[in-house]
Amino acid sequence: MAPVGRTLLILGLLVAAYGICASIYGARSGRREWVDSGRRSVYALAALMTIAWVIVEVAFLRNDFSFNVVAEHSSTTTPTFYKLAAPWSSQEGSLLLWVWLMALWSSLVLFLTRKRVREIAPYATAVLLGFAAFFTSLAAFFANPFTTTANPPPEGAGLDPLLLHPSMMIHPPMLYSGYTLLAIPFAFAIGALITGRLNSEWISVSRRFALAAWLFLGIGIVLGARWSYTELGWGGYWAWDPVENAALMPWLCTTAFIHSIMIQEKRGMLKVWNVSLILASGTLAILGTFLVRSGILDSIHAFGASTLGVPFVVLLAVMIASAIGLVLWRRERLRSDAQIDSLLSREAMFLFQNLVLVAMVFVIFWITFFPLISQALTGTKVSVGPPAFRPFIVPLALVLVALAGIGPIIAWRRVTAANLRRNFTLPVLVGVGTCVVLLVAGGVSARPFALAMFGLGAFVLASVAQELWRGTGARRAMTSEAPPLALLRLVRRNRRRYGGYIVHAGLAVLLIGVAASSSFQHSRDVILAPGQHTSVDGYLITYVRPTVAASSQKISFGAVLDVSKGGHRVTTLRTTRGFYPSQDPSQGPIGRFFNGEADSNVGLRAGLTKDIWTVVNPDLTPLSGLINEGNQVFTADLSQVMKSASRLSPTQQQAALAPLWQARDAAITAIAARYVTHPWPVEFLLIVDPLVTWIWVGAIIIASGGLIALWPVPALARRRALAAGRTRAAAQPVTAARELA
Amino acid sequence: MIDFVIVLAVLAGVVLFVSAPLRQMRASDRGSTELADLEAAREAKYREIRDAELDHRTGKLSDDDYEAIDSALRGEAIEIMHAIDTINER
Repeated sequence: MAPVGRTLLILGLLVAAYGICASIYGARSGRREWVDSGRRSVYALAALMTIAWVIVEVAFLRNDFSFNVVAEHSSTTTPTFYKLAAPWSSQEGSLLLWVWLMALWSSLVLFLTRKRVREIAPYATAVLLGFAAFFTSLAAFFANPFTTTANPPPEGAGLDPLLLHPSMMIHPPMLYSGYTLLAIPFAFAIGALITGRLNSEWISVSRRFALAAWLFLGIGIVLGARWSYTELGWGGYWAWDPVENAALMPWLCTTAFIHSIMIQEKRGMLKVWNVSLILASGTLAILGTFLVRSGILDSIHAFGASTLGVPFVVLLAVMIASAIGLVLWRRERLRSDAQIDSLLSREAMFLFQNLVLVAMVFVIFWITFFPLISQALTGTKVSVGPPAFRPFIVPLALVLVALAGIGPIIAWRRVTAANLRRNFTLPVLVGVGTCVVLLVAGGVSARPFALAMFGLGAFVLASVAQELWRGTGARRAMTSEAPPLALLRLVRRNRRRYGGYIVHAGLAVLLIGVAASSSFQHSRDVILAPGQHTSVDGYLITYVRPTVAASSQKISFGAVLDVSKGGHRVTTLRTTRGFYPSQDPSQGPIGRFFNGEADSNVGLRAGLTKDIWTVVNPDLTPLSGLINEGNQVFTADLSQVMKSASRLSPTQQQAALAPLWQARDAAITAIAARYVTHPWPVEFLLIVDPLVTWIWVGAIIIASGGLIALWPVPALARRRALAAGRTRAAAQPVTAARELA
Repeated sequence: MIDFVIVLAVLAGVVLFVSAPLRQMRASDRGSTELADLEAAREAKYREIRDAELDHRTGKLSDDDYEAIDSALRGEAIEIMHAIDTINER
């Protein structure tokens, strides 16, 4: 099926090129049939890419090693679960995934808007197809997933062991969904700029897709953090790695956009700001893909590195130049209809929050790209690392959390003394009270930033709780419903508003977790022999015994540790370090099993208040004598067997070699078993970290709030609202509160 | 051979599907487009009215501001509905 796949890519490219021409011609000439034909090109592209994707997936599932991409990124022993995910571990597969997702989302938005925004949609179609054409040509001409070999190997190289983690099944498609979804508001913003229709029309179409992009990117970022925490073995969840930052920057920019469009919808303000934000978000999404795919910056995601830099730089240059040119061209039409009445108003807080988010993006961008900037200016690549981010990001995050609490409760237009008293008293008291209680309890005064984050987080949670309470009260006053039902229906009927508030609450929980875990972490790097113990943050941790599991697929050296506190057993931790066979023949027939790629399985006891985390890092030097001896013996045996079997057929050769492989596997098992039978001291990283679980809980709350805000209003409720609204608008005065029911 | 047949079938399907609008005579749908846009605008306006009411009830809009915003929004909603009626009467 490889030739079919290759032809589908070429066909997809032609369909995209045709769709661009048809859409632009249809828009310029006013001939709807050409616009419709252009839109159908997107649907056709989605169908073609779906078939292409299925062909690649089937090749992986069937271990079809005639596909180079399968031979290089899978093997017969790769679990089926990971075979499904293996395509996006490769350059070729991830480019195809990009086009496929992009075509699917584009089809969805164009289908939903087929009878709306008819002036803007054709240009948006052309832009979306432009992106699709770019990525399809990369997949067709630079990294083709359908390239085959005439002599397929009997076994594939297998998936990178670091990717053998459940998060990796979901993390890349989530990030790619986020990136590709961001292309939609970008395309509609370009369409709005070209046509000059710059009111809220393009925003009404784009908002939901921007929100979906934000949600998917957010989920992808958190899954990546979780993978880092449980798989990479360095003890953290966020390393300010360039590829992590590449996802965070468009997420922050989209967060700003989602907020500021409310100001444009309500007051007709911030038009140039909104269009610039989404153009920046779209460009940052492509930059993110570029960072992952180009390998221009050193990253733990080195498995994604390649040489696609130049085409991406050209695309980014075109995007930036077009965006700036169009905004300048339409600057007159982008003027605001109104002005901010007071700096103490919800509008001003939204703007302030936007500035904070953009400042964060700028800081992250500058520090991430500093190695390249320094190299360009001085000729030396200077990497500044995670400590460079903290002095800027921590204070900005504090301001952001404060604004997340102020936003839901501050008045539109201007604050009055009555509004301040009514809305701020309780949340401020809760925030200040939290700080006072923590100061009295002790241990936090040396960490002022963390203390401030705890207080501000409590302030946000109180302000959101107050809003839910008051909204529920307002509804109950009209409907006499029971409180839980009133709350449920209040949220259900005002999903955008209360979904947003829930996101704010989740953000507070998440950042409290980040502040606590980064400020009050206790860690120790120790070397222990079986039976020895050490103490971390009051926990007594004893290395009970080593463990080993050896096969020709993987050798895992592990440890069992007991954790106790005050004489009471707390938990048992099990951690392993697994080594996968190297394909490098210079390591020797035995040595290659001990010197290949390695992954870690952390020992983790997660709790609401504390995580106890450990990873073992065994030094294999004591085995080197046996490994070298094994290398010599099996190299000699292998050459002897190959000499005598050189005249045999391949099948007979395999049969002649089988006993040797059995002996080799037995030798590997015996050598590895020395780790248990003759144990030696090994190195452990032991960490006791407070409130890490709050990060994951906060992320789940944020995702839930995002889903609530994204979910469409039920059709019945919408019909009721329309009917009620029509009556109300025609016959005043009436109360819209009735409609809340 | 099977590959060739599959490619040919896909190609034919794509050409037929994409060119279908060019092969059909279509009636003007300007009215329905405008109507769809206006209905979307009406829905957005109703949402704004509801939001303003909720903001007022939860203390984020003063009485004066609420009255001014509410009457302006209702006026805009009525204008949109008049425009919808005009299209429907055509």
